[in-house]
Amino acid sequence: MDLAFSPEENAFRHEIRAWIRNNLPAGWGEPGFEEPKTFEDRLVFSRAWEKKLADAGWAGISWPKDYGGRGTTLMEQIIFHEEMAAARAPQIFINFVGINLAGPTIMAHGSEEQKKRYLPKILDMSEVWCQGFSEPNAGSDLANVQTKAVLDGDHFIVNGQKIWTSFAHVADWCLLLCRTDSTVAKHKGLSYLLVDMHSEGIDPRPLKQITGDAEFDEVFFTDVRVPRTQLLGEINMGWTYANTTLANERGPAFLAHQIRFRNSLNDLFDSAKRTMRDGVPVAEHPAFRDRLARAYAEVEIMRYIGYRLVTSILRNGRPGVEGSIAKLYWSEMVRRFQETSIAIAGLGGMLDDEDGFDGGKWNRGFSMSFAQTIAAGSSEIQKNIISERVLGMPRGEVWAPKPKEKV
Amino acid sequence: MDFDFSADQYGLRDEARRFLEKQCPVSHVREFLDDKAGWSRDLWKQMAELGWMALPFPEEYGGLGQSFLDLVLLLGELGRALAPVPFLSSVAMAGQVILAHGSDEQRARFIPGIASGDRIAALAVSEQPQGFGGTSIDMHATQDGDSWRLNGEKKYVLDAPAADLFVVAVCTGEQNRWFVVEEGARVTPQITYDPTRSAGSVVFEDAAAEPLEAPFLFPGLQFATAAVCAEMIGASEKILDMTVEYSKQREQFGRPIGSFQAIKHKCAEMATELEASRAAAYYACWAVASGAEDAALSTHIAKSYCSDQLAHLAGEGVQGHGGIAFTWEHDMHLYLKRIKTMQVFLGDGPYHRERIARIVGL
Repeated sequence: MDLAFSPEENAFRHEIRAWIRNNLPAGWGEPGFEEPKTFEDRLVFSRAWEKKLADAGWAGISWPKDYGGRGTTLMEQIIFHEEMAAARAPQIFINFVGINLAGPTIMAHGSEEQKKRYLPKILDMSEVWCQGFSEPNAGSDLANVQTKAVLDGDHFIVNGQKIWTSFAHVADWCLLLCRTDSTVAKHKGLSYLLVDMHSEGIDPRPLKQITGDAEFDEVFFTDVRVPRTQLLGEINMGWTYANTTLANERGPAFLAHQIRFRNSLNDLFDSAKRTMRDGVPVAEHPAFRDRLARAYAEVEIMRYIGYRLVTSILRNGRPGVEGSIAKLYWSEMVRRFQETSIAIAGLGGMLDDEDGFDGGKWNRGFSMSFAQTIAAGSSEIQKNIISERVLGMPRGEVWAPKPKEKV
Repeated sequence: MDFDFSADQYGLRDEARRFLEKQCPVSHVREFLDDKAGWSRDLWKQMAELGWMALPFPEEYGGLGQSFLDLVLLLGELGRALAPVPFLSSVAMAGQVILAHGSDEQRARFIPGIASGDRIAALAVSEQPQGFGGTSIDMHATQDGDSWRLNGEKKYVLDAPAADLFVVAVCTGEQNRWFVVEEGARVTPQITYDPTRSAGSVVFEDAAAEPLEAPFLFPGLQFATAAVCAEMIGASEKILDMTVEYSKQREQFGRPIGSFQAIKHKCAEMATELEASRAAAYYACWAVASGAEDAALSTHIAKSYCSDQLAHLAGEGVQGHGGIAFTWEHDMHLYLKRIKTMQVFLGDGPYHRERIARIVGL
């Protein structure tokens, strides 16, 4: 057991730290600096920032050198994300799907031609990707995807609807999970298509979410013609491939999330020290003090859990089943943390935005916290996975209506 | 970055589990339930032959030269087996305090007996039901020429009936520090909620006492606190194992209750509480053993979290078993009582969270 970083890792840390310091957008994070608020403003801002990262070679840090990436070790990726988080640098936004989901999936399952065609344009930010997974009737039950792709000569004809698709209305390409065989078990008839979002028949409609922002879209596909050559890997292997995509949604960024929560917690502590209740700062009020200290403990424990995950990957080459436990832990932790933060706001939480407490950021955080326990496998799905795959408990019976009893 | 135990450390854990399953089945533990001063001298003797008590101490003091980290999984196994022996008290708490605070000469005098298992040491800290740490210590030491005398009463002293010497937290007026008392302590065994363990009150009347060289209660108290967490992990793993196992066997409504999401999700939550507790306890053990700058903070984090979450886990373990766990014959209540008493021992959740609040500047 040794939690120290090696000299090489520390040198890498200093390199990235210096780069961030010299390249953060002017005024970023300083008092009075107006962070872009609307989706459109964030888009403009993030295109500029992420292009800067890409030009300096920090975009595909986890990608192999053969594909134009930096080919860093797991520890270097962790350090990169940690430093970005510690500097409160803007989070990867517009290129997130391309770098973390579409790119790695194409690398793993695409043809040489597809790799050559798509990967460089993700890296240099010339093409934006979205991911067409969830549907109105395929949320937790993702294998129930109904969007159909029917082969007609050398084209697939795609019809259906996707939801919770980030960046769809600004994306150039979509990694689309669709049904290519309806006659087999539901997870055996799915395929991946690489779909040009500028094709005729695609209608992305921004979906206004709980915070009032529109980060996601609903996307309607009507008789969209997709060349057969746009099939990724083999037909009807989509479910297997999708699981590798989903595995990429977590990973080395876990410890960076922890640092961003800690930053947020420090901000909350500051608010709690200057907000009075019964004549004393909320931070000294026993009921709140206990909750704040508990939040601190829970955020620190997330770091320890992250170290255990990393160790498991380093020792065994992959994260163990404890990935689900980690996801359940931190997403539920975020919900509690945001409950505490909005409680500190007190009546201030009745108001929002510039009229709100701390500019309404705890209200936004509270609303957003539900995303953690719902997205990327809801807490209930995680509990099924933990009980069945970690603890070896029996799978439940499939619910079916009972036949009516004869009178 | 390597935050896990070594193959050797896991090897010792496996060896300990096999040994304790054979030599310390629950039937053996149950022999001591009605005896409030009782503990297993037979088991202790066998453990001494295996060298367990010598493990974390330097060779020059009769030890095997391993570290505190090598104790962590072993403590878990003793917790899992509810072993009725004063190992936690003597080796992992009092012994570590002497190692951390004693002068070379004091270590050479006190540790060899502890490392061989011939002498048993107990840690005496608390004096009142809500008195967990340094601020609640009233017991004073008075200096009489070169020697010191202790007067007063320590309560809730784990393994007091088994102890030959006491390591006592004392206020000397300006500071807290540890004193060793070898003679003159009057022990009254008391009835414990966890019947697998003995505890008692210890009265000192002009008892000759010797201050350990290094002042203050830290870092000694951190070793003791981390050790308690490590032991709780083992007992809690057993609770989850038992609950999952029972849910697969027990059938109601024509199917194993473990196929119901009400039970599955309960067990998944227990597994999550356990994994987070494990991460916190092991991190604290590492931080204390390696003198990391967050050693104090991490022990408060570990103990606050283990105290509350593992107590919750233990309650869910009883609930998951239903009526069978409400009987004396079933072993669940022994585990529940073990965790409930360790929840408050050396500080409950609120106590440690207050310490966290102070350290992080709230």
